[in-house]
Amino acid sequence: MNPFAYERAADAAGAVARVAGHPGAAFLGAGTNLVDHMKLGIAHPELLVDVTRLPFDRVEERQGGGVRIGAAVRNSDLAAHPLIRSRYPLLAQALLAGASGQLRNLATTGGNLLQRTRCVYFQDVTTPCNKRAPGTGCSAIDGYTRDHAILGASEHCVAVHPSDMAVAMAALDAVLVVLGKAGERRIPLVDFHRLPGDAPDRDTVLEHGELITAVELPDLPFATRSAYRKVRDRASYAFALVSVAAALDLRDGTVRDVRLALGGVAHKPWRAVRAEAALRGAPATPESFRRAADAELADAKPLRDNAFKVPMARNTIVAVLRDLAMEKGR
Amino acid sequence: MDARITLQVDGVERSLTVDTRTTLLDALRDRLGVMSPKKGCDHGQCGACTVLLDGRRATTCLAFAVAYDGATITTAAGLANGHALHPVQEAFLHQDGFQCGYCTPGQICSAVGMLDEVKAGHPSHVTRDLTAAVELTDDEIRERMSGNLCRCGAYVNIVAAIREAAS
Repeated sequence: MNPFAYERAADAAGAVARVAGHPGAAFLGAGTNLVDHMKLGIAHPELLVDVTRLPFDRVEERQGGGVRIGAAVRNSDLAAHPLIRSRYPLLAQALLAGASGQLRNLATTGGNLLQRTRCVYFQDVTTPCNKRAPGTGCSAIDGYTRDHAILGASEHCVAVHPSDMAVAMAALDAVLVVLGKAGERRIPLVDFHRLPGDAPDRDTVLEHGELITAVELPDLPFATRSAYRKVRDRASYAFALVSVAAALDLRDGTVRDVRLALGGVAHKPWRAVRAEAALRGAPATPESFRRAADAELADAKPLRDNAFKVPMARNTIVAVLRDLAMEKGR
Repeated sequence: MDARITLQVDGVERSLTVDTRTTLLDALRDRLGVMSPKKGCDHGQCGACTVLLDGRRATTCLAFAVAYDGATITTAAGLANGHALHPVQEAFLHQDGFQCGYCTPGQICSAVGMLDEVKAGHPSHVTRDLTAAVELTDDEIRERMSGNLCRCGAYVNIVAAIREAAS
């Protein structure tokens, strides 16, 4: 690991100025991903600016509805928060499906969004990887692709985004509050993570020196009927093969509105807009749910080892929507 | 680059100078001689390095010590009150909750932290009703302890030990 300087940020503007003014600087949250990357030789920051003690550790109701989540709120505290458990159960479930208890006690909201792919080739510095070392090629495409993308990938990268939390937030139309040198801007979560295209080294649209300070969840009353389901190789403490976040608004057996997002299938949390369009106004039946899933997955391009993800995603979408439709109205 | 830090470790204030690259785990073991937390994977995947960090269970291998200046740390060795073991330690002995013992300090710290989380009403991945009180079933114990691996496979007795300590 390269030597680095460490500073504890006193205020957000100062932290932003410090990192923005130093090309080799990085923000340090809990470090559960970044420290690992420094050990593995993937990241080599010369200066770490610790932002965990900035006053972004609150979960609050927003005026006019919705909830504002400070970027430094720990994953465990967010999952346990009464506002999240009662109003956005899919988000609490997504958080609780991620990592382990002792990691969730450390990991922050902002850091969770910025964690990087667990593609084994990305994490192995002895293999070519366009995300880690642009222009060197993708080892995964002709390698072992069981964990990789079926939607939105490119010839340069087939990695998937590992977060569970972000999938639920994509379904909820969350908006990120970001502080940069020029001031604050808001970025819808669905536009925050990028598809790989020809620049897979860029996971997000964040500029160097920009700091996530909060995540805003809009008011969504029907999210009380919502769920996150994660399919993985073990019952606990494993990344998703496929995951589904959904919220369902029913009236008289018809889908009035719906939110649907997929994890484990793409370089970003995948908002299933086609499936949502197919569902709105349709009867809440397994046939409708299957048609909607098929519409979303029509463009899926499985790789050699992950064709199973297509039926797995379809079946999980149908199962989650069916179970939500059968829940008693809340 | 060096930094001066102070940690409260098992009730004793310890000041030391660390290279910023030093993890909290390495600071405890290699610098302070606190050998209770163990290095298993060193990548946050096995839980052997779990301690109570400012009262909450946390892995120490993915944390830089410099970021925890002023923190209070309780390791499994610090849970006992003199010669009186902590109830979770007693239960691990009583139920044979280990074989080689390497993962045990992490398991015990994780169990103590986890039982506090249950007491505070925090749900888990297997909690059906997110807004109801938590009932500590064996499924709940297994899910909540999934961040601690045991290569000997003593899981059945670990679950029994935690069930005993919780009752």
